[in-house]
Amino acid sequence: MPSYSDIKGSVQDNVIWKSIFRPGSIYRKGYRDTSRDRALAAMNNVLYHLHPVKVKRHGLKLTYTYCLGGLSFFLFVLLTITGIFLMFFYTPAAGAGTEIAYMNMRDLSASVTFGALVRNLHRWGAHAMVFTVFLHMARVFYHGAYKPPREFNWVVGVILLLLTLFLSFTGYLLPWDQLALWAVTVGTNIAGFSPVFGDQVSFVLLGGVEIGPETLLRWYVLHVLFVPFITVVFLAVHFWRIRKDGGISGPL
Amino acid sequence: MADVQMDQEVYDRLIAEGKSERIARAKAKAAAVRKGKIAEGQTLGPKPAEEASKALEEFRASRGSGGVATKTAAPAEAGAPAGRLSPEERAARVAASLGNGGDAGSIGVPAASDHTHRLLALVPPSGIQQVQSKQMDKVYTWPHLLLVEFVALLAVGSLLLVVSFFLDAPLGSLANPNEVPAINKAPWYFMGLQELLAYFHPAVAGITIVGVVVVLLMALPYADKNPSAKPENRKFANMAFTFFLAFWGLLVMIGSFLRGAGYEWVWPWVQGLGFTL
Ligand code: HEM
Repeated sequence: MPSYSDIKGSVQDNVIWKSIFRPGSIYRKGYRDTSRDRALAAMNNVLYHLHPVKVKRHGLKLTYTYCLGGLSFFLFVLLTITGIFLMFFYTPAAGAGTEIAYMNMRDLSASVTFGALVRNLHRWGAHAMVFTVFLHMARVFYHGAYKPPREFNWVVGVILLLLTLFLSFTGYLLPWDQLALWAVTVGTNIAGFSPVFGDQVSFVLLGGVEIGPETLLRWYVLHVLFVPFITVVFLAVHFWRIRKDGGISGPL
Repeated sequence: MADVQMDQEVYDRLIAEGKSERIARAKAKAAAVRKGKIAEGQTLGPKPAEEASKALEEFRASRGSGGVATKTAAPAEAGAPAGRLSPEERAARVAASLGNGGDAGSIGVPAASDHTHRLLALVPPSGIQQVQSKQMDKVYTWPHLLLVEFVALLAVGSLLLVVSFFLDAPLGSLANPNEVPAINKAPWYFMGLQELLAYFHPAVAGITIVGVVVVLLMALPYADKNPSAKPENRKFANMAFTFFLAFWGLLVMIGSFLRGAGYEWVWPWVQGLGFTL
C-alpha cells in the first residue's frame, strides 16, 4: 500500500503535472504560508489576469467598493451558467398555434429537474445584476474614482451599463407571455421614434413591423450570443484598465 | 564563517560595559577580522578616489589593447563623465563577467543569449513611464482580497438561492398581440423612461432625453475638472449627482407603484399594486 505522501509525490513529480503548473506554482510543491508563496498564489495563477500580487490595504475595506463591481461580475458569470442550463430546454419558436417557447417555459417549471429553481435564479439574478451595476456606478461617482487616469474606464462602464440593460431587456421577451410581449412593445415603440432612421431601427430590432416570431428569434440570438459576447469584450477592457490605471482608486 | 576568531580582549571589555552577549560577540569578531586585514597590509574602509579611477584607467586600457572593444568605444566619449563608465563600457564589463568574450551585443541583452527581441535596447534609460507615486500600504491579494471576495460571493449567492427557492418568477398567459393587458408596463429599470412618456412625446422622452443623459454620463469625467476626490471638496458634484439619482429613482417609483390600468395614477392601497418584476 503506497502511503499518501508517496502518491502525492508521484502525482506531482511527472511531466503532465509539471506541464500544467508553472515553475514555482504552489501546486507543484505545496503551499507554505510565506510571503513567497502568497505572491506566487496570485502570480502563478490564471487570476493574475485580474488581480495583482498586492493590493492597496484601504481597498479591502468592505465600505470602499462594497464589492459591487466584483458582485456585478459574479452575477454575470452566474447568469451565464444558469442561462446555458435554460438553453437546453428552450426553443425560440412562436408561430401562431405552435408557441413552443411558451410551452417550454411551462414545462421547465413543471417537469424539468431543478428547472424552476434555475429559472428563478436566472430571473432574480438578472434583476440583481442591473441593481448592483447601478449601485457600482454610484459608488464610483461618490468616490470620484472616475478622475484621471480613470476617465476612459468610466466611459467603458457606461457602455457596460447599457449592455447590461440591453441583455436584461432582450431576455425579458423570451418567455413569450403577455407580460413579456407588452413590456417589450412599450420599449420598442420608443425606438421607432429615433430621428431619421426610426422605421429602419424598429424594423431591424423587430424583424418586421411588429413583434412576432421573427422578433423572438432575433432577440434570442442577441440575448444568448451577441450581447454577452460584446459584454465580455468590454468587461475585459474594463478589468485591464483597472490594473493599468494603477489598481483601485483612493484612499479618499 | 563559523570559525572566525573572536577578539577576546574586546569581548571582555564590552561585556564589562554591560553590552549584551550577542552584540559583544559580533563586535569582537569584527575586531578580529580587522586586525587580520591590517596584519596583511590591507587598507580598511572605502577605497580612496584616486585608487578607483586608477582601476577604471586599467580597465579601459585593457579593453583598448585587447582589441575586443565595441565599435563605438572611444573611452572618454558618449557624454560619460570621467571616472564613470559609459553605457557601452558597462555593457562590455557585464559581458566580460558573464564570460562571453567581451562582445557586448546590444545593451541589456548579452550577445550570446537566445533572445530574439531586444526590447531593452528600445527603452530609454529614464524608463517608459515615470512612476512617481509614494510607496503605498499594500497587502497580499491572497489571502486578504480573495477571502473577502469569496465571502461576498457566498453571501450574495446564498441570498439569491434562498429567494429563488421561495419566490417564483412570473409567467403570465400566452402572448396575444390582439389583447392589450390593462396594466402594461416595461421592466422596472425602464419605468423612469415610461413615466417620462406620460409627459412628453416619445421622440423627446425616449430618444432626446435618453440620448442626452447617456452622452452627459460619458462626458462627465472630462467635464469634471476638479482634481480632488474628497467629499468636502466636491459638494456641488455630489449634490448634483444625488439629485439626478433621486429624480430618476422617483420616476421609477411612481411608474412602478403609482400607475395602474391604462397608466392612470392610482394609490396602491386602494386599487392594489400594478407591478410585476
Ligand atoms: C457589467 C457591469 C460592470 C462590472 C462587472 C464592473 C466591474 C468592476 C470591478 C470588479 C471593478 C473593481 C472595483 C470595484 O469592485 O468597485 C470596477 C471598477 C470600476 N468601474 Fe466597473 N463594472 C461594471 C460597470 C461599471 C459602470 C456602469 C461604471 C460607470 C459608469 C463603471 C466604472 C468603473 C470605474 C471608473 C472603476 C474604477 C474604480 C476605482 O478605481 O475605484 N463600471 N468595475
